[in-house]
Amino acid sequence: MRHYFTILSHEVRTLLYSSSTYIAAVLFLGVMGFVFAGILELYAKAPQETSPAVVFFQLFWFPVFFMVPLLTMKSFAEERRLGTLETLLTAPVSTTEVVLGKFSAAYLFYMLLWGSTLGFHYLLKVYARDARFLDPAPLIGGYLFIALSGLLFIALGILASALTRNQAVAGILCFTCLLGLIGGFSYLGELSALNAEGLQPIKNAVESLRIPAHMEDFTHGVIDTRQVFFYFTGAILTLLLSILGVEAKILNS
Amino acid sequence: MLRAIDCMTEIPDITIEVSHLVKTYGSLTAVDDLSFTVKRGEIVGLLGPNGAGKSTTMRILTGYLPANSGSVKICGLPVASQAEATKRHIGYMPENNPLPEDMRVSEYLWFRGRLKEMPRAKLRARIDEVLELCDLKRNRHRILGRLSKGNKQRVGIAEAILAEPAVIIMDEPTIGLDPHQIIIVRDLIASLRGRMSVIISSHILPEIEATCDRVLIINGGRIVAQGSPAELRREIFGHTSYRIEFAGHNAAFAAHLTTIDASLSVATVGDCSSDGFCVATLVTTAPEDLGEKLLQKLPAGGYRLRALHRTQPSLEDVFLAATRRSWDARLPDQKVSPGDQRQPLPKI
Repeated sequence: MRHYFTILSHEVRTLLYSSSTYIAAVLFLGVMGFVFAGILELYAKAPQETSPAVVFFQLFWFPVFFMVPLLTMKSFAEERRLGTLETLLTAPVSTTEVVLGKFSAAYLFYMLLWGSTLGFHYLLKVYARDARFLDPAPLIGGYLFIALSGLLFIALGILASALTRNQAVAGILCFTCLLGLIGGFSYLGELSALNAEGLQPIKNAVESLRIPAHMEDFTHGVIDTRQVFFYFTGAILTLLLSILGVEAKILNS
Repeated sequence: MLRAIDCMTEIPDITIEVSHLVKTYGSLTAVDDLSFTVKRGEIVGLLGPNGAGKSTTMRILTGYLPANSGSVKICGLPVASQAEATKRHIGYMPENNPLPEDMRVSEYLWFRGRLKEMPRAKLRARIDEVLELCDLKRNRHRILGRLSKGNKQRVGIAEAILAEPAVIIMDEPTIGLDPHQIIIVRDLIASLRGRMSVIISSHILPEIEATCDRVLIINGGRIVAQGSPAELRREIFGHTSYRIEFAGHNAAFAAHLTTIDASLSVATVGDCSSDGFCVATLVTTAPEDLGEKLLQKLPAGGYRLRALHRTQPSLEDVFLAATRRSWDARLPDQKVSPGDQRQPLPKI
């Protein structure tokens, strides 16, 4: 693992040089700013039952759909297109180090961008002059959820990028996987075909994999170890598949 | 790190050992039972037409591609089971020399040096050294994507020799360079002789002839000829030819030649000019030089001689003859169908 930090710093530098990082950052902060302003307007009109932080995190999936592909699509696809993957892997480094280095760099940026939205809540606190508007509990839960689910989302993006040499294909593949992961389980859970008596366990399993429901739990202060386990094992499995994907691509070429 | 340094001091006399290597891409056999060895400090040239298996062989040597069967040992270590250890002994420059586009030359060399486990203090001095060697000092802060082809190629070479590996593998290092840069690269490779084993592949035959101690000619994934350029000439052609300009009795010329040396014969007799001199090509299988004999005996036989030139087959002729011979050799048992043409290597 001694090359991990060399690769990580190289990847962070590459992300800083890449235009798609800045597009992701501007789009993300723009969209989240509008969402936050919209929430404040809603709260100004009528009293609400939940804290603004809870509503803020309900729309977490929207920036994820474009931000994760933009941050990860370049990682392997671009190296493969340029041919630099060959020079990288003929240095005395293992594929695991390369995959982990690229994953960590993208995850770092992902968390950095989400972390910058803390500023919104701080501004609210400063201008509202009322500590009650900044309820720390849902915020902690929400950011914890973002950090955990981000592991899986970024790993999916790395996997998509490891499977192709075309950045656009990697981006679209990643978007599709995220759509299936975030929206797919909610859709499956509502299928009437699963309402039959014998299929109840499957329905329960699908229900418990609904990612928006996890988010609700986290922001309400319920931290379920099953969900934590789901994101950790999901991320590890996806990263293992990415390592295999990079190596299998070499074998078949 | 200590272990790595220990390995460097114990480099065996044979640095590359390839035996019975086979690599197939689906139904296509790229490398077919290839065996060769490279000694320490030797410069070996890999020659072959497109799709002969040169790049595939090099990729297997670096541990980037796995072979189907056979074994490769770098500095005595098997590549298949100890890939990371063997990669420490190799400096590799792939075909077309891919470089990240948005890094500076010195940043790139620093990153590569760190990946190759060079200590920071040593790396700084070594980067200066290789930049000097490769004549890149003025370009050290320039961005790789904006460098000219020749400069990029030199960055690739600088990167390959950066960690002072025992084995350097370069896939077409002089492709796309101008004659001046080719001479620089050639001198650079020649300066590695004795210290590092170098394998280069090239289409530019005079390059190989000028720099390499030994040449391997590969066709269809097999070695069709190997040896020093001089040995190859003898092996492939087995004869020497002389070009002479003479005047005299044409009809009896061939008969007179056999009296000089039994193996001499006339290959071609060209047009005779108005002053009576004809150009002829003589062929002999005699190992010794017959030049002096010809100069003495032809005038003695009543022929006037005004030019004598011993023509050496160029490596180009050797290459064409060797690769043609290997194609001919496979013809009787295997018909070449239109679909049998060798595909270029797939990109990764």
